[in-house]
Amino acid sequence: MSNGRNTRRLPVLLSIVVALMLSIVPLPAAVEAFRPDWVALTLIYWAMTLPRSYSVGTAWVVGIVVDVAHGTLLGQHALALCFVIYVTVKFHLQLRVFPLSQMTATVFALLALHQFLLFWINGVAGLHTEAVTYWGPVVSGTLIWPLLSMLFAGIRYRVRSDA
Amino acid sequence: MAAVKSDNQHRAPNAPALGLRFLLLAGLSITLLVIDNRENYLDGIRKAIGASVHPLRVVVDAPISTWRWIVETSTSRNDLQLENSRLKAERLLTQARLQKYAALEAENTRLRALLEATPHGSERIRVSEIMSVSANPFRHVVVVDKGSRDGVFDGQAMVDASGVVGQVIDVGLLSSQGILISDPDHALPVEVNRNGLRTIAVGSGDFARLELPFLPNNADIAEGDLLVTSGLGGAFPAGYPVAVVESVTRDPKEPFASVTATPAAALNQVREVMLIWPGEPEGNADDGDSEAADSGTGGNAGPAAAESTDE
Repeated sequence: MSNGRNTRRLPVLLSIVVALMLSIVPLPAAVEAFRPDWVALTLIYWAMTLPRSYSVGTAWVVGIVVDVAHGTLLGQHALALCFVIYVTVKFHLQLRVFPLSQMTATVFALLALHQFLLFWINGVAGLHTEAVTYWGPVVSGTLIWPLLSMLFAGIRYRVRSDA
Repeated sequence: MAAVKSDNQHRAPNAPALGLRFLLLAGLSITLLVIDNRENYLDGIRKAIGASVHPLRVVVDAPISTWRWIVETSTSRNDLQLENSRLKAERLLTQARLQKYAALEAENTRLRALLEATPHGSERIRVSEIMSVSANPFRHVVVVDKGSRDGVFDGQAMVDASGVVGQVIDVGLLSSQGILISDPDHALPVEVNRNGLRTIAVGSGDFARLELPFLPNNADIAEGDLLVTSGLGGAFPAGYPVAVVESVTRDPKEPFASVTATPAAALNQVREVMLIWPGEPEGNADDGDSEAADSGTGGNAGPAAAESTDE
């Protein structure tokens, strides 16, 4: 059993690590504002499909790592991701049976919620940035979601047929 | 659903309910946020997690630095010779200028002694590279490849060849984060080089612009004035160029003039920055390997003149 569990865990953990790396890859300034929030997207997918294994706890730990990697306030991304994943897990049964278009719309709402929380925490802490820069990742993340979910579904299928 | 069923087996039988776990973690995050915003008790934790993030940064940085290495190694001999002769000419010029500065520095120290003012201390400088890793997307932050292991400290000044770049805000073990002077949350005390008028230069969020919001309408400042660090804030040593005044708009209705300046350093394209240890003797034995600045002085001018002089 534990063997099967490990082979199932590895791809998920790898996808989270790759998402973290993508979130710190340098981009030209023009594209920078539209960098999708890879970490949030990855966590939303796994929380939706495997909510018992990857839920708020995972989101919190990953959030703390993101906070350190980005030098934001410790707990900022942790709180935002935790909340988004809580909502995702709460509605994961509905989300799973949604057609792709509806699911993408929900992901848009989740990403917007995530960015809003980050924005709000920055505002409360007195760190000011232009509000416009927060909306780029929401738009790009929504556009990339269909592709990403297909990719992850492929990974899951392959892993399960191997195990 | 097979996935759900097999997934059920992975969970501890009496794990607390989702809502409870979420509330606990959210409470924990808010506590961390409040503590991190007010105090710096959490630096230890940050450093520990930061050390585990370091490999990720190295991996992300690797392809870009490899590409740069390939470009460097495949440069043609002709190009290298051209560059070499250009650099030699440049070095000759700088050395000539430095000789003059050495004399001026000696004179300055003598005059200050006559005035019974404290002489300007010397400082140690070390070159460090900016890693090709973007940090906080909402702020102007860079990651440099030196950390507490190399003696980097919080608030340390970063400069490049043409002016002040920023200061260190978060020291990790092997890498640190620095905030650029163009970040909207960054302000540094400057003075006008021409007449010693002191003010504060605030970042604008734009790499090519600083704002000087606290100058009254009748202040003696004009386009083209050089702003240098005044050293009053304590973070930056005095006398480094910061920016050149770009525009001065005086509106009689407003109490303050609106003044903008262009940073002297090319903030969005620097590759190397110099970290400054003020008050330390130059050329310490412990940093011989990366003391790049004094490698070409030929020993005639002495390290004091070769690396850095205060004014």
